[in-house]
Amino acid sequence: MIEENLAELATEAPGTVLPQVLLETDLADGYVPHSGPTGAMFVSFNKRGVSSITLDDDAADFEDRFEIQFGRPVFPVAELPPKLSRGLDKALATKRLGTLQIDWEGMSEFQQAVLRKTAEILPGEVRPYSWIAKEIGNPKAVRAVGTALARNPVPIVVPCHRVVRNDGHLGNYYYGTDVKRAVLEAEGMDVDTLEGLADRGIKLTGSDTTHIFCNPTCRDARRTTKRHTVEFRNESEARRAGYRPCQHCRPAVA
Amino acid sequence: MTLDTVELVNSHIANDLDGAFPDLVRDMQHGIYSGVRRMVPSSADAEDITQETFIRAYRALGGYSSDRIRELNLPGWLWTIALNLCRNAARTRSRRPRTVELDRDAFFTGRGPEAEVVEADENRRWSELLEGLPSAQRTAVVLRHVVGLTYQEISVATGRPQGTVKADVHRGITKLQEVLS
Repeated sequence: MIEENLAELATEAPGTVLPQVLLETDLADGYVPHSGPTGAMFVSFNKRGVSSITLDDDAADFEDRFEIQFGRPVFPVAELPPKLSRGLDKALATKRLGTLQIDWEGMSEFQQAVLRKTAEILPGEVRPYSWIAKEIGNPKAVRAVGTALARNPVPIVVPCHRVVRNDGHLGNYYYGTDVKRAVLEAEGMDVDTLEGLADRGIKLTGSDTTHIFCNPTCRDARRTTKRHTVEFRNESEARRAGYRPCQHCRPAVA
Repeated sequence: MTLDTVELVNSHIANDLDGAFPDLVRDMQHGIYSGVRRMVPSSADAEDITQETFIRAYRALGGYSSDRIRELNLPGWLWTIALNLCRNAARTRSRRPRTVELDRDAFFTGRGPEAEVVEADENRRWSELLEGLPSAQRTAVVLRHVVGLTYQEISVATGRPQGTVKADVHRGITKLQEVLS
């Protein structure tokens, strides 16, 4: 009788035990909702840094997809660790990765190289896929660069939206081209002008005073007044005209 | 747990700690929590100690050879950690800080306030009854009858011989019967 009473004292552990243990042992990630340039997003993290950024506001859906993608669960936490919180706020405000820690583990060396290079593109500028491929010393891997960017787990802070098609058009984005356009415009980019150049087949612009050619969105190119701007369809056209590549945006790094 | 499952769980943990550990927590958390709940005054303490037991277990297992893990009496071993934490909790009653704090609002327990009150009354009554026992007897009774450990597992958990453990359980139950009659 008393044994039965004692057995009835057995109870379920609170639902918070497993998540807290898995967070503490680094077998799960934590996440918080956070505001981003396009509205709500979820930011997940672990001991190595920010592991994912998702432009979404459906928590259940996000948790499911996270577990499928990363093979570990993700749980809502009260707040980001202070260091990541400061790093993220600064990254969003300056639109540069800065010192924000990213969890690079689980990414191939190639994807890491692509994303780290992408993080160097300044706000207000864009580069074609082929530029990334050349810069990381793998000029033929243009398609693989596209794949690596499509799988960027930390969009916005690693600005894959600043990588565009080789013909200068915006190209694909995980969240759709409209979102890509919106994020670029939010950082002060004149997307219409950019698309206008692409429509006319213009990939490079130069200055007839310096005889230097640039990617059209390079900050040096944007300093050139319209009167002194020369347009080129490709690198050899620019070279034939006696122009040399800009050392900042390196439009010809092959 | 049957012998077969014990071997299976142990070898799973020995082969793939990170993969097997969440399942270990899922399986064992209710037993650990139920028992710890009878040994510390508040459910918050019990939750904290349950978490800390598994966190320490994970860190310890990470440093064990797979042979050592295969030979572990896991329930008994986990309870050595839990019992230690219960003893320490009696001295220092402060929550261990976590690296990250869960958003607790997102984890609704699903129990209404009324159920909580009824449970709280029952809890208090049994806590008082069990507190009346000498600590070795209380531990043995809780581990045997609330948690459902075997005498061998309790012996591992408490570091006392099986015969002594059996006697502790028997004496404890007899004493509870006397108080209740």
